[in-house]
Amino acid sequence: MGSITLENVRKSFGSADIIQGASLEIEDGSFVVFVGPSGCGKTTLLRLIAGLEDVTSGQIRIDGADVTDVPPAKRGLSMVFQSYALYPHMSVRGNIAFGLKMAGMPKGEIDRKVEGAASILNLTPYLERKPRDLSGGQRQRVAIGRAIVREPKAFLFDEPLSNLDAALRVQMRQEVTRLQKQLATTAVYVTHDQVEAMTMADRIVVLNAGRIEQYGSPLELYEHPANLFVAGFIGSPKMNLIGREVAGQFGAATIGVRPEHITVARDGEGWEGTVGVAEHLGSDTFIYVDVPQVGTLTARTVGELGIRVGERVRLRPDQRRIHRFDTEGRALAA
Amino acid sequence: MARKVTGAKTAIWTAAAWLVGFIIFFPILWMMLTSFKTELDAFSTPPSFLFFHWTTENYATVQERSDYTLHAMNSIITAGGSTLIAMAIAIPAAWAMAFAPTKRTKDILLWMLSTKMMPAVGVLVPIYLIYRDFGLLDTRIGLIVVLCLGNLPIVIWMLFTYFKEIPKDILEAARMDGATITKELLFVLTPMALPGIASTLLLNVILAWNEAFWTLNLSTSAAAPLTTFIASYSSPEGLFWAKLSAASTLAIAPILILGWFSQKQLVRGLTFGAVK
Amino acid sequence: MATQQTRTLGRVLIAPAVALLFVWMIVPLAMTIYFSLQYKNLLNPGEESFAGLDNFTYFLTDPAFITALINTLVLVGSVLLITIVLGTFVALLMNMPIYGRNIVRLMVIAPFFVMPTVSALVWKNLLMHPVSGLFAWLMSSVGLEPIDWFTNYPMLAVILIVAWQWLPFASLILLTALQSLDEEQKEAAEMDGAGAVSKFIYLTLPHLARPITVVILIETIFLLTVFAEIFVTTGGGPGLQTTNLAFLIYQAALLQFDVGSASAGGLVAVVIANILAFFLVRIVGRNLEA
Ligand SMILES: Nc1ncnc2c1ncn2[C@@H]1O[C@H](COP(=O)(O)OP(=O)(O)OP(=O)(O)O)[C@@H](O)[C@H]1O
Ligand SMILES: [Mg+2]
Repeated sequence: MGSITLENVRKSFGSADIIQGASLEIEDGSFVVFVGPSGCGKTTLLRLIAGLEDVTSGQIRIDGADVTDVPPAKRGLSMVFQSYALYPHMSVRGNIAFGLKMAGMPKGEIDRKVEGAASILNLTPYLERKPRDLSGGQRQRVAIGRAIVREPKAFLFDEPLSNLDAALRVQMRQEVTRLQKQLATTAVYVTHDQVEAMTMADRIVVLNAGRIEQYGSPLELYEHPANLFVAGFIGSPKMNLIGREVAGQFGAATIGVRPEHITVARDGEGWEGTVGVAEHLGSDTFIYVDVPQVGTLTARTVGELGIRVGERVRLRPDQRRIHRFDTEGRALAA
Repeated sequence: MARKVTGAKTAIWTAAAWLVGFIIFFPILWMMLTSFKTELDAFSTPPSFLFFHWTTENYATVQERSDYTLHAMNSIITAGGSTLIAMAIAIPAAWAMAFAPTKRTKDILLWMLSTKMMPAVGVLVPIYLIYRDFGLLDTRIGLIVVLCLGNLPIVIWMLFTYFKEIPKDILEAARMDGATITKELLFVLTPMALPGIASTLLLNVILAWNEAFWTLNLSTSAAAPLTTFIASYSSPEGLFWAKLSAASTLAIAPILILGWFSQKQLVRGLTFGAVK
Repeated sequence: MATQQTRTLGRVLIAPAVALLFVWMIVPLAMTIYFSLQYKNLLNPGEESFAGLDNFTYFLTDPAFITALINTLVLVGSVLLITIVLGTFVALLMNMPIYGRNIVRLMVIAPFFVMPTVSALVWKNLLMHPVSGLFAWLMSSVGLEPIDWFTNYPMLAVILIVAWQWLPFASLILLTALQSLDEEQKEAAEMDGAGAVSKFIYLTLPHLARPITVVILIETIFLLTVFAEIFVTTGGGPGLQTTNLAFLIYQAALLQFDVGSASAGGLVAVVIANILAFFLVRIVGRNLEA
């Protein structure tokens, strides 16, 4: 059990409104990811759910019960911090057991649970070590172990993988997802890495300057961004946004085309431009084309095309995949 | 030192450093040597450095005569008592400032610091009169109160700088793990801050033990700690150097040992964290 | 960390400390200000009356005040100079690659832990005594006339004692600062072809500027009110030669029982200390942000 509901939650620090009325319905057992640029309020929103900060106004419910004024210790959630926040003076066993001890669980049961969690996370050989004698990845696992052992209503993660190297990050990403599915416990996960967001989430919350821009599944966000911000934020390389007359021809203030939805050809139909930069990644090539009247457009082509810098090319957008936005930046119905 | 240094250079620097250290330490060493001499040897010219008649009789005399034990007890009680009370007031305050800061926390800290800078002579008259009127002159309680209040700002500051280095995350993790505030303080903060708490305690004992303005002015006999007691040797008729040395050695030995233990933390404590 | 609950708890926990320090500071200070405006002598109880600024006029125009002020400044200035110059050398020396650094460190720091009355008496009797002191023997063994320190150079004698007590403080702080000077920075400077002297001038000294300021300010606060060392060695004399401001006030208050002018003097000391404290608080405060 662990559904979380936010109702018009606001948070200000002094005169700065950091969260400006967030309403959200997180279903039991789902994996929800908060993404957004740095400073947009992801951590703050997570801490509000945790109870580590007071809401300025609004209501937070867990499983239907109002927990707005309930202290963090009593919300039945567990959190994995970016810094891991392991207790340095306790062994791995002590770290994982701490929450259970606080709950007054009998010793035998604590040991059984700790060892169970340790074996899931491959920590059994390290149970008696202090955190300082562990590698970054192992510390990460201890932090996760500490979170799962209490069988909380939901896990809260704040950029848990950002201190790991790239390879380990990919591996842990999969482990966390697998674990969450296996335990079927709700997870709220903060990251600014959109690859993490797209690969891990059941649903994504895109935050911008304290506002929820869109809430939906990764594919929805990709295919139907609700506004210009989401359109620009989700997807890599970024969606091409084109204004002025070109957009006018489509009956919109701005149109957007993803680089992967542009076909590059030497001749034929489409916008004509000069190749400025070509990035060869092996599997793909990103080419940046200066198109007069339109601007610089990015296109993604599969494999090697033999296109050189300075060459003139034609760019043809996939007509069915053109996103249209009004003057306020909101998406127009297709 | 990552760099290679030649042996000869190291030897020269080592010799120079030891020489300087020895010169600085010499007056203490000389005092300790004198404490084992007879009064006659202590006055002798030329002075005898090691080859004199070693005796511990001065220590025996100092113990018997002059209520030395009483004054030592006074020092222990006033320094220890004022420190414990200061810690009891300061630990909660430092916790609050480090982990539940408000807009005014910084101002409060700086204000506390500024109270430490008030010169004692500036308030000598009123404190003396208050003490006289309340019968606190020459009492241990009276000394404990001034020593405690006088050192409180330093204690709070030191604890604050230690607490501030403990990541907030860890305390929050404890809170998420279901710990109440009391348990959080007891099982998480205190064990992590123990080295800091210990060195604050030590430094405060040292400062209180050596305080020599209030103790000289507010105590004369019954409550006089060692500072005042030693000062009584300054009268001309009291020129018993060997006994003075023995009494002094006894008076500084415990603090010298405590001080050597706490020297690593001293800098931070004495500079209010401005130099670490 | 900043929920309403923790904030409320924080206020409750900080209240006793704030209240006590407030009382400790305000009550005596207010009384000092009040007394400084009264004719009040403990020898003539009951004969108090309003004095206006007479006490200040009296205290400030007393030739003894000018002498004491000059003595205070000489004492503070000389001790600062000695401890900082020597302290820098000691710190540099201890920062060299030497054997037994910890033991040297122990020896250097020891004087700081000696109570003022002990160090004053040890220096006065065992070292500086004109006949039987060690210095006298040293002088005469190289054929010089022994110096009668407390008769001929009483101020210098006090300065030496106090400087000896504070040298460890300066050395230790400067050493700590030196140790935080990045080894890589030094290596980079060497790569740039800097010699030992230019490294010291362009790298070490600027790095020490801040700790030296801190040493100056903190020592000044303590040195302004040097008391015990004078009390047990010279008693302010001969004449007024070693009477500093603190000692003058003590004499007025507890020897002449002239509460009014002692209070006026106390306020002068408070003002001087506050000017210095202002700068120290700013330096420390800036550090709080970091
Ligand atoms: N205790 C606080 N007091 C005042 N402002 C705060 C406080 N905590 C956060 N803020 C401000 O709130 C905004 C959002 O901060 P938050 O930490 O939630 O961002 P974030 O989205 O997690 O960013 P990042 O990706 O960099 O971690 C920032 O502008 C930050 O400066
Ligand atoms: Mg964040």
